[in-house]
Amino acid sequence: MSLLAIENLSLAIHGAPILRDVSFTVDEGQIVGVIGESGSGKSMTALSVMGLLPAGAQARGKVIFEGRDLLAASEAELCALRGAGIGMVFQEPMTALNPVQTIGAQVAETVLIHGAGSRAEAMARAREVLNRVGLPAERFPLSRYPHELSGGQRQRVVIAMAIALRPRLLIADEPTTALDVTTQAQILRLLKRLVAEDGMGLLLITHDLGVVADMADEMVIMKAGEVVERGAGQGFFARMQHPYTRALFEASSHVPERTAQVEERPLLEVRNVSRDYALARTALFAPARRFRAVDGVSFEIRRGESLGLVGESGCGKSTLTRAILGLEEVQEGEILIDGQPVFSGHRVNLAVRRKMQVVFQDPYGSFNPRWKVARLVAEPFHLLGARPPDWRERVGAALESVGLEAADMEKYIHEFSGGQRQRIAIARALILRPELIILDEAVSALDVSIRAQILDLLADLSERFGLTYLFISHDLSVVRAITDRVLVMRAGRIVEEGPTDEVFAKPQHAYTKTLIEAAPELPQVAAQ
Amino acid sequence: MLRYTLKRLLSLAISLAVASVVIFVAIEVVPGDPASYMLGINARPDTVAALREELGLNMSPPERYIAWVGGLLQGDFGTSYTYRTPVAEMISERLWVSLPLALFALALSTLVAFPAGIIAATRRGSKWDLGIMGVTQLGIAVPNFWFAMLMVLVFAINLRWFSAGGFPGWDEGLFAGLKALLLPAVSLALPQASILARVMRSALLDTLDEDFIRTARAKGLTRRQVLRRHALRNALIPVLTIIGLQFSFLLAGAIIIENVFFLPGLGRLVFQSISARDLIVVESVVMLLVFAVVVVNFAVDLAYAAIDPRLRKRR
Repeated sequence: MSLLAIENLSLAIHGAPILRDVSFTVDEGQIVGVIGESGSGKSMTALSVMGLLPAGAQARGKVIFEGRDLLAASEAELCALRGAGIGMVFQEPMTALNPVQTIGAQVAETVLIHGAGSRAEAMARAREVLNRVGLPAERFPLSRYPHELSGGQRQRVVIAMAIALRPRLLIADEPTTALDVTTQAQILRLLKRLVAEDGMGLLLITHDLGVVADMADEMVIMKAGEVVERGAGQGFFARMQHPYTRALFEASSHVPERTAQVEERPLLEVRNVSRDYALARTALFAPARRFRAVDGVSFEIRRGESLGLVGESGCGKSTLTRAILGLEEVQEGEILIDGQPVFSGHRVNLAVRRKMQVVFQDPYGSFNPRWKVARLVAEPFHLLGARPPDWRERVGAALESVGLEAADMEKYIHEFSGGQRQRIAIARALILRPELIILDEAVSALDVSIRAQILDLLADLSERFGLTYLFISHDLSVVRAITDRVLVMRAGRIVEEGPTDEVFAKPQHAYTKTLIEAAPELPQVAAQ
Repeated sequence: MLRYTLKRLLSLAISLAVASVVIFVAIEVVPGDPASYMLGINARPDTVAALREELGLNMSPPERYIAWVGGLLQGDFGTSYTYRTPVAEMISERLWVSLPLALFALALSTLVAFPAGIIAATRRGSKWDLGIMGVTQLGIAVPNFWFAMLMVLVFAINLRWFSAGGFPGWDEGLFAGLKALLLPAVSLALPQASILARVMRSALLDTLDEDFIRTARAKGLTRRQVLRRHALRNALIPVLTIIGLQFSFLLAGAIIIENVFFLPGLGRLVFQSISARDLIVVESVVMLLVFAVVVVNFAVDLAYAAIDPRLRKRR
């Protein structure tokens, strides 16, 4: 008998169907990867198992855990089971912990709430579990608060809470999506080790095929609330049959075709740029401490080139982006576009500024929801002083060039999907016909199939409009697919620089090697 | 935490110093000669001269400021020109009415608002929620002096349970004092409780939406346990801000209610002193109220830090 058997699970929320006839099993000591894009129902499947569905949800079918149907269980029975029999880890480590309680108290709570020991015993157990997940006592006393930890460390605390009572089943819903690649690799190794040590079943939910490729014993591919393909993890991609699975696989490693001409003369020159931030004073009259976010960085981008800037969170890549965009002044060095400085004196040089535009990561947060698309896309015109008389035609043309319709300008942003919003963001960037577009994690929040489309679009636009790209990302596979040259940044400095193929094939710096090794990779499958 | 407290204390001292200068300048320097102002346009020149001497107006403004602040620090608030009694005595007498009234109203408002806000938030969209939201809407909309008069009509005039106004003094016993303050406190608490309940509800709804609430549920906590152990404390920060603002307001802003119930409180004292042009009293009472506001803010800041560890480190 399986540890967990989901049989013909169907789910509707307020009458809208979410899941249809989902069936799969998880055995003890087995890692089952559930893969799907947003809206595929993978998280709802997990929440059905936990009995934590949102209000108005109606589930049919069976969720059998250790012989008991959880859909028929009472709330009290489920409370007794959650955290004890089944543990769960969520996606967002930054917000998954209570900010006003110590990590010790939060891990101990799992023990206390299930009556598995006294307060002192619970604290002792919390210490033990935190050690197990790699947070040793000397650096991570129980009295630490979540805000004193990094994202990866917080995720370890969340895992500690989930496994404190040695549950038989652990559900991890996108546990590494918000983390850097090296941290992701560590967390995945930790999960794997815990499964091996405790013999628990692991239901690993992800949108990233690479994450589960060399880890899952069993793969379940979901699309629009249904399981489209299932199979053993070993050699899964060689045997995959379903067209959607193949499309997903191809999109994950999609390399757009690029034929843009690279000229010799540089478009953007960054010369010896440093940027300091003042830190809080330690005492009232103590000298202000400074933190050097960008430290003597120099590079250039040639016209028509696509340059990648890779680094983990906190490496200074966002600060550098803001400096290039003229959003912040730098303390040292200079930034030139076409030989003209971005800053003249303490003011941004608008004539230079309008030659570049930016596309940010979050297609949901980077638009004013109360403006129509026409106004959103036309916003960069303020760099010209006034909107040109034919601005509506130009907005229409920009929308058409990113694959939308001119008529879409009359709509509001909530009427568009994430991928469409990112197209609108690109249209906004294109409206002034800039020469340089900075793509700051521009495809990181998108599903793989949408991501592939956007990458194709970017390649196409670069050719049509002679665009130059600065592609900033933590995602190595994307950078590899779309850039000619790559810079690797760490702690404010560029540690490695070179043609993308060479850097990936023969990384020189130890940090680059670590990054490349940590990045999840899909197995090579011969074209069928 | 000690550093944080010291820093807050420093900012408290600076606020008070700045406030004292502003009040001094506003009252003594700006509107011309205070002595002729207090005595009115028909005063004889020698009376004005005598008052100028008494008020120390022949000194330079900086000297007067130092004399005034020095007096305040020693508890000497000067002598009221109209009543010819020490201002300190007048204030302390009134404070014994205003402070209990403010605390009473605040206690009532908190006792009602917390449960109401929690019920409304945890049963969002239910009849309870709709009912509480409706009543609080009304509580905010109804002017509290009108509500006060309504209560006087019902409870004092028709039912004769309470007297219609006045304050017997605490010498008559705790019960008699509280009884006299009950109707005023209820009228003051009504709008305050309505606002507080709504703030509590929305703060709690925001908190209940947070990821860590879901994490806690996944650990096996029941809804009730999640509310008690995780949601309430996090929701308390915006609520505390409002409580702090309300307390400061209650202390000084009860003028209308004090007038409706003929209570000898601070609000009435300011009002009467302004009508009588008794600038010495006005100046001191305003300074005292500023002091109360600043101290309450200090207490709220300390409470924030006690609740949220992130604030102890910052700044």
